[in-house]
Amino acid sequence: MKNPVYTFEKLKFASFEFTCCEGCQLQLANREASLEAFFSLLDVRTFREISSEKHDDYDIAFVEGSISRSDEIERLLAIRRQAKTLVAFGTCACFGGVNSLKNRFPIKESIAEVYDGLPVETLPVRKISDIVKVDLSIPGCPVAKEEIERIVVNLVTGSLPAMPKYPVCVECKERLNTCLFDLGEICLGPVTRAGCSAVCTSGKTPCLGCRGPAEDSNFPAFMELVKERGLSRRDLQEKLGFYNAFEAYTVHET
Amino acid sequence: MKRDCSIDIRHLTRVEGHGNILIRISGGKLVEARWAVVETPRFFEVMVKGMSAERVPFLTSRICGICSISHALASIRALERAMQVTPPPAAEALRLLAMHGETLQSHALHLFFLALPDFAGTPGILPLLESHPELVRAGLHLKELGNEISTVTAGRCTHPVSLVLGGLSKAPDRNHLQQLLDIIGERKSALEVACDFFASLDIPQFERETEFISLHNGSTYPFIGGELVSTDGVRRSENDYLLMTNEYLTEFSTSKFTRCSRESSAAGALARFNNNSAFLHPEAKKAAEKLGLRKVSHNPFMNNIARLAECVHILYDAEALIEQLLGTNLQEIRTHFTPKAGSATGAVEAPRGILYHHLETDEEGRVTKADCIIPTTQNNANIHFDLHALALQSLEEGKTDREIEKLAEMLVRSYDPCISCSVH
Repeated sequence: MKNPVYTFEKLKFASFEFTCCEGCQLQLANREASLEAFFSLLDVRTFREISSEKHDDYDIAFVEGSISRSDEIERLLAIRRQAKTLVAFGTCACFGGVNSLKNRFPIKESIAEVYDGLPVETLPVRKISDIVKVDLSIPGCPVAKEEIERIVVNLVTGSLPAMPKYPVCVECKERLNTCLFDLGEICLGPVTRAGCSAVCTSGKTPCLGCRGPAEDSNFPAFMELVKERGLSRRDLQEKLGFYNAFEAYTVHET
Repeated sequence: MKRDCSIDIRHLTRVEGHGNILIRISGGKLVEARWAVVETPRFFEVMVKGMSAERVPFLTSRICGICSISHALASIRALERAMQVTPPPAAEALRLLAMHGETLQSHALHLFFLALPDFAGTPGILPLLESHPELVRAGLHLKELGNEISTVTAGRCTHPVSLVLGGLSKAPDRNHLQQLLDIIGERKSALEVACDFFASLDIPQFERETEFISLHNGSTYPFIGGELVSTDGVRRSENDYLLMTNEYLTEFSTSKFTRCSRESSAAGALARFNNNSAFLHPEAKKAAEKLGLRKVSHNPFMNNIARLAECVHILYDAEALIEQLLGTNLQEIRTHFTPKAGSATGAVEAPRGILYHHLETDEEGRVTKADCIIPTTQNNANIHFDLHALALQSLEEGKTDREIEKLAEMLVRSYDPCISCSVH
């Protein structure tokens, strides 16, 4: 008897985008050296950004972006009906992302400011799981292609995709970077889920938490650290609110 | 010949974002030709309000997944001009190098993933891996090089990490710069493969007299800042960008339209070439000549060829820039500044054309007002009127519905519209 875990069948794959910059889908076309191998694992049924072919018989749907218009809700519900596995792909899909910054302002004011009163429809920004059940969340702004490659291999081989539970801080320390707190900056590395190879902090810019809260982190201790160092509370709020990924914590702390 | 034809393309494929093409011909007469952007708007100009200046480029880079470096640099330039911050020369050179990487990546993505399938008659690039492996690999090699250049200089190719107000947060590793030089040397052969192939293609013959707008500095091929010029002879300073764009709204599009001296104008590779071909690297001039590109070209399909000529320019210019950077002290890459109140425009040449960010700040350096005018926004009206002229010409030439549909799709793609970017 064949063990299903070791059956290598291409994933019947589709990619969709909602309110976003499409930068996460672009990552699928990056890492050019392994691109042929990557696409050999996928049976691309729909991927409007790179192909004119369109078939509705997909099993797995990668959904990029957040939801901010009623026609998007309809499209998303249709995708949910078809997909056996629905993946929230990228920070906008997982948490609402930077688009959520719009929610700080009244909708009417926003439309008036940008569209001079033209009746443009826009709703408060929501993440994918606010509308439909999500089977797998892959955060990142943008997502890390190395991680996508690993997860796709997991899905093809039928093994469970796993993500680090520890924070970015661990990866940053592994890279022997100078701690940004020691340079007087608030960095969300201690509380954000790892898996990005600490790319921002290695470029000497603070982590803004695009991958959301790490399971194994100590948020109260992090808050204590910010307080102890006398760092700006407003700066902290700006960073925690940047991707809407720390909603639970920001509401709690303000 | 009296005939009817109705073309209704919803969510055009192989472009970034969502747009529709509608052409209706009835009784042999063109009734309607329209380019409608139906993307969901994101309201970046609202989102950025109240944000600290140092954080702004990290937000505005998220306007676009393909040209995030251009957006970061447009915001940085606007804020540095508003607060009178002068970055060190090495930082300026590194920023240009980061942009070169982005432009190369974006052009290669467009030429090989988005445009090439039209010429090869396939739905996408994947079938071409088998039928044209050498060509596709050449494209992938150029795209990979573009991403490598951006990653080495800006920390990451999509949504850069080290481009900050005042300069760069971290200098690239010298060894990595040296490696880039080696890769550039190797990849010149990929460029030749691409040029030979595109020189062999039949580019559709279509012209509509157009006003082309780009940056211009009188000494180099422009990428960051400068004077705003048009092929109709208009010249303006960067802060007068509104006189160059004159945004207006249409009922069928969530992206705005713009105009300057005529009903529409064009930005992008062809516009840059038409205004600045004298400043291309000699190798790029040679490539343009070989590819049949001469200024002023009014054929929008020649945008593809202008992109390829720019790829040649970028490879050679990046090589020179890296050699120059390796001979300088990379310690001085950041000017420290105190946030203050101000207002200015930052204009850069994003891969798809001139990009404006206008930002105003309060005494703490927080943004009080923002205005972003995106290249695709400046091309939407031109695409719209081009479609009209193309449909009329195709009708006269007796083209079939399928031929008109394909040409219309190719026309829109030739502008490489970045639609989600235009509806920011």
